[in-house]
Amino acid sequence: MKYALYTGCTAKESTPELLKSTMAVAKVLGIELTILEEASCCGASHLQDFDEFLSLVLNARNICYAEKLGLTLITICNTCQINLATTKDRLDNDEELKDRVNEKLKEVGLEYKGSSEVKHLLYVLRDELGYEKIKNMVKKPLSDFNIAPFYGCHNIRPSELQNITNKGENPYNPTSLDELIETLGGKAVEYVRKNSCCGFHADLQAPNTAAKLTGLALSEAIDNNADFVVTPCPLCQLNFDVKQHEAGKKVGRDIELPVLHLAQMIGLALGLNKKELGLEHNVTEADF
Amino acid sequence: MADAIETKKIYLKVFRFNHETDYLPYYKNYEVVVSQDEVMLDVLNKIKWEFDSTFSYRRSCRHGICGSCGIKVNNRATLACKERVFDMIELFGNEMTIEPQSRKRVIKDMVIDKKDFWDKYNAVKPYMITAVDEHPDSENYMSPHDYENLKEADICVQCGNCYYACPSVEVNEDYLGPASLAKTYRFNFDTRDEAKIDRLDTVNDLGSGIWDCVKCYECAEACPKGVNPIEKITYLHTQTFQEGRAKSNVATRHAVGFKTSINMHGFLDEGMLVAYSEGIGVLKHLPEAFKMFRKGKIAMPWNMPKSKNLDEIKKLIKSSSSAKF
Repeated sequence: MKYALYTGCTAKESTPELLKSTMAVAKVLGIELTILEEASCCGASHLQDFDEFLSLVLNARNICYAEKLGLTLITICNTCQINLATTKDRLDNDEELKDRVNEKLKEVGLEYKGSSEVKHLLYVLRDELGYEKIKNMVKKPLSDFNIAPFYGCHNIRPSELQNITNKGENPYNPTSLDELIETLGGKAVEYVRKNSCCGFHADLQAPNTAAKLTGLALSEAIDNNADFVVTPCPLCQLNFDVKQHEAGKKVGRDIELPVLHLAQMIGLALGLNKKELGLEHNVTEADF
Repeated sequence: MADAIETKKIYLKVFRFNHETDYLPYYKNYEVVVSQDEVMLDVLNKIKWEFDSTFSYRRSCRHGICGSCGIKVNNRATLACKERVFDMIELFGNEMTIEPQSRKRVIKDMVIDKKDFWDKYNAVKPYMITAVDEHPDSENYMSPHDYENLKEADICVQCGNCYYACPSVEVNEDYLGPASLAKTYRFNFDTRDEAKIDRLDTVNDLGSGIWDCVKCYECAEACPKGVNPIEKITYLHTQTFQEGRAKSNVATRHAVGFKTSINMHGFLDEGMLVAYSEGIGVLKHLPEAFKMFRKGKIAMPWNMPKSKNLDEIKKLIKSSSSAKF
């Protein structure tokens, strides 16, 4: 199985453990990843607030490089996923817009065709590799752990867009992460805020809003006996991991809860060691 | 012989509260048999008609127009008269928790006090402002193309589903919220309206306006009419720049900073972006920056990742930019 990996910015900067663990886990699972080194930032939905057309051109360029390889583009960040998938959806359904974008891309010798799919790693594992196959490779079942899945907005909403690649995941009752946790032998924690927002995109301009949303979600995970949280989105992971003490203050309690990336959790069950999974980079001690 | 009508049994857990008599809310269980053509409003009616005539909820048109019957089913914003029960069973199975749009604003059962919603709705002058001749010779025309540009923002029925599903509203009572912002778009992108600048200045304050959207898409999911409020909020962001009404603050510099950073590295320079956005305010991030530095989470200038073929990116930014700040 071969894929083009769009790393996103955080995997190369503030969450190096995400890239490390993704590459290590892919290797064990027999997934060959080619990193798209030519790619740029997806705009993270903020460039989109300033210059919509520019964000479409840059993301079309990002997808072009996966098309050149003839591979499906894999994302490992929910926000990268929604921005690339939105671009693809709009260009694939609007010839005039596609022509306008291609006119620009021509200046650098590229053409967006629409031939590569854009999928988050989580759904590639579920729908293309298959959880059954992962189950057979588990060396250290996570049976000691209550694990709180946190889905992250940009993989499940808006469902009209996301359902193109996530096969009808219900944004009000998502199951893909819960099922993966069970596949790895863990116990999925049931809690209401698992599909809610961590507030990341308002971190700078509305810090109280962001901190309260993070605090409420983590509190509920703790109240339902979570040993750690797992999320497919590094932006949720950053808010939860780095800012949990400040978030705790906003909701009036102490919070101490490890927060793992999707690939880190899978890696633990596959028997990879702490170093291979970059667990030393997690701010809240994740010593498993 | 006519085909038998298919029926299913559903198990309901229904939020009950009367602010005049109850100290705390409670949930009551009901079992109801539903048939395939029935909607969630029929379920509310059955509870009232078959079990407890004191059960209260708002309803009027029964046709998805009056916007009265917004409720939550398994935490999903639902316009009761528009949602088929069988579709809900497909989504959630046959156990459903029925709650008002906002538990903290409840008056009785499903009936809530929507004053906060209406106050914010009215704050953006949700009506056409233009100098029209009282005795016009011709109609005040809008072309089909201009109408399409409203992107269905005009079909909002003010049900409040998006507003009470918004997590930013949940934790910040000053935030205008998706409904009034979508309404701002509806008039700000109407070619006949003349109060665009005034409205932009109303909605772009930090703490209450467009920059407090957390981009969760709950509003897009919650809207029973397909208004897609977050799309409209995004266009208000870009309109603020286009019309030169964007104030220089942490939110606008954050949006613009992405372009600067992509132009320099292809990737984002996360540290520089925060410093550029915050200005002197960056100092408050030092404790978290220190934590991240200790864990190897901060890229230094000398090992800042750069995209391959960066010249292409720079060239495209030069040729494709359509906004100024």
